[in-house]
Amino acid sequence: MELHDVWFVLIAVLWTGYFFLEGFDFGVGILTKLLARDRPERRVLINTIGPVWDGNEVWLLTAGGATFAAFPEWYATLFSGFYLPLLFILVCLIVRGVAFEYRAKRPEENWQRNWETAIFWTSLLPAFLWGVAFGNIVGGVKIDRNFEYVGDVWDLLNPYALLGGLVTLTLFTFHGAVFTALKTVGDIRERARKLALKVGVVTALVALVFLLWTQIDSGDAKSMVALVVAVAALVAALVAIQAGREGWSFAFSGVTIVAAVAMLFLTLFPNVMPSTLNADWSLTVTNASSSPYTLKIMTWCAGVATPLVMLYQGWTYWVFRKRIGTQHIAEPAH
Amino acid sequence: MDLALAPETLARWQFGITTVYHFLFVPLTISLAALTAGLQTAWVRTENEKYLRATKFWGKLFLINIAMGVVTGIVQEFQFGMNWSDYSRFVGDVFGAPLAFEALIAFFFESTFIGLWIFGWDKLPKKIHLACIWMVSIGTILSAYFILAANSWMQHPVGYRINKEKGRAELTDFWAVLTQNTALSQVFHTMSAAFLTGGAFMVGIAAFHLYRKKHIPVMKTSLRLGLVTVVIAGLLTAVSGDVLGKVMFKQQPMKMAAAEALWDGEAPAPFSVFAYGDVEEGHNKVAIEVPGLLSFLANDDFSSYVPGINDVNKAEQEKFGPGDYRPNIPVAYWGFRWMIGFGMTSFAIGLAGLWLTRKKFLLPKHLRVGEDEVPHVVLFRNKALGPKLTRLYWLAAIWTLGFPLIANSWGWIFTEMGRQPWVVYGVLQTRRAVSPGVSQGEVLTSMIVFTALYAVLAVVEVKLLVKYVKAGPPELTEADLTPPTKIGGDSRDADKPMAFSY
Repeated sequence: MELHDVWFVLIAVLWTGYFFLEGFDFGVGILTKLLARDRPERRVLINTIGPVWDGNEVWLLTAGGATFAAFPEWYATLFSGFYLPLLFILVCLIVRGVAFEYRAKRPEENWQRNWETAIFWTSLLPAFLWGVAFGNIVGGVKIDRNFEYVGDVWDLLNPYALLGGLVTLTLFTFHGAVFTALKTVGDIRERARKLALKVGVVTALVALVFLLWTQIDSGDAKSMVALVVAVAALVAALVAIQAGREGWSFAFSGVTIVAAVAMLFLTLFPNVMPSTLNADWSLTVTNASSSPYTLKIMTWCAGVATPLVMLYQGWTYWVFRKRIGTQHIAEPAH
Repeated sequence: MDLALAPETLARWQFGITTVYHFLFVPLTISLAALTAGLQTAWVRTENEKYLRATKFWGKLFLINIAMGVVTGIVQEFQFGMNWSDYSRFVGDVFGAPLAFEALIAFFFESTFIGLWIFGWDKLPKKIHLACIWMVSIGTILSAYFILAANSWMQHPVGYRINKEKGRAELTDFWAVLTQNTALSQVFHTMSAAFLTGGAFMVGIAAFHLYRKKHIPVMKTSLRLGLVTVVIAGLLTAVSGDVLGKVMFKQQPMKMAAAEALWDGEAPAPFSVFAYGDVEEGHNKVAIEVPGLLSFLANDDFSSYVPGINDVNKAEQEKFGPGDYRPNIPVAYWGFRWMIGFGMTSFAIGLAGLWLTRKKFLLPKHLRVGEDEVPHVVLFRNKALGPKLTRLYWLAAIWTLGFPLIANSWGWIFTEMGRQPWVVYGVLQTRRAVSPGVSQGEVLTSMIVFTALYAVLAVVEVKLLVKYVKAGPPELTEADLTPPTKIGGDSRDADKPMAFSY
């Protein structure tokens, strides 16, 4: 395995980390409208991810930075090519971060309601758009001989990619509902469980169609294994939540995300962005990657830093391990 | 295509707007993190409640500020790929590495421990909670270091070779990128300026409360901490500025000649106090100068030769081929002056304040005050200043609290625009760095969206800051004074409300 292959795997790991972690916090954001009945319940939801959402989001920044360093051509083509959708995602992430921090800092009804609406939409839209983006990465886009994206924004909204968007949207909502059931106490926990069951069934159907489509299009034996694991884990997550085993259910919905991302990267390899115009114009791990020296330094850094990050982020979850309910939310002094 | 709306011009404007805006929050975040950590350390060590109230007060302002710093930073991580894809392709092998290091090492640190600090008051034992804010502070400093090392490579590329076959720059010596003198002096200068910024912010807000005779014990402590910070950081900013200037005179003589509107080389070279010139003709019509000073700034003597704009332009034409290698001279010239002027005004106000509000040093007994009294403003030995002059000092401190922010902005505008037409000095020109596939309409859209969004958020943020500044330090609760002894909190009461919730 050469270094650029290692980095292909590491980029996959970073995206997996991002979707696993921010996946449930996007889901929780969406539940503020789907599940919460009033402001105290919305605040319970927001506070389940309060201490951790910012750290979760850094997985995205790291995926971006690492792609820049390890596969500059991929970074350049991807982000200049998907310009407007990415702009949209960035605007959502900006507003979302501010919304979490500022919502409770003023008592006015309008202020709080507006930021709550913002939290819902800025969680929902990126949850959908990341799926669209990955659908396009895996499905391939119009890339010319200079590695420039030459399609337009409408080309990105093709049926396969849109279905990918539905998969991430429903999967993250499910993941978030299971997380909520795991992290809350009282009435909202019961309702989160019921909602998870409903959303989970829809997720299973949409995901199955999308993954099968991917498998038929560009799959092999390995990707088939990942597909089976993803679907089996989703079913297991559903069974577990039905049985009231929230911890197991969350672990399984996590495995679903890991396996689904693994499957997409397996079908992608050795390409990183296939061209639909000419197979010779595809970006691959070889023609898009940095020099061996840069990759070597990066490997050292990632090899040391990533386990440490997992360790101290894991510790954070342990510190905030207690379930919360409306009784734990104090009215802040203004 | 109209030049004013060319994609390159728009992309440059967008980068300028988003980066200058982002950098309003960065220096405040860096300095307030450390200052808040310092105050909290004082609380943990002395158990004096005024330090805890100060920690909570400045911590709140710090959080309002870092939220904006974090979200506007996301754009920076992706903007290179979006608007500067040819730049990314050309330099990614070199420039990407410090960026990835920044994310992997610094961003994770900052963002994880900030969550622990915000929500950890009733979940972590006192000392561990304190350690979290220090971790955040370390994260902000590491982050600054990596990104400044990356920027320094654009100012003065080292540790790389050009791979002709692949048409890109490739890293050959990462250590050189991280430790070259450009990087070290830029870090020194930027960090000093960051603390000058936080110090002046603290002094201005403390002055606001002391002027109104409110929250005196907490604000007196804050005033002193702010003043000492301003004076030390101000001095270091000047020293590091001189060091960085000397480095730049060697590495980018064009930038420094432009900063001085020195059209033709001179020995000894004068420092320009005021100049008004004709850029097309390449000379000044009006110039007020201090003889020999520029030679000193460049080379530590009063007689040596400093090359002028026209000389460097000619030299670069010979080296890189025909073209105009001059940056925007008026922007460089005035940017340089505004940077120094605004920064050093804050330093002067801080220095004056440290003397005027001195506690015991050279202060007669009858002018010393108790813990709950506003300090007298004393210029000479035996007499406090009258109410009008006292008022004037407090108002000056209040009205100049944002001066270092202006200085920082002009500093960046100067150093980035002073490097033009290069994006990587001597290696890649800015016009060759822009994304060829991104249309004028797309860049225009994103520029308008970011500018409008940032403008709205600026209003929201400033209003929020003003609200919490006016509210003053919070009263302490029972829970504040009885921190947990176990990680995760002491669970005596399962339904106890969280100390902090969103």
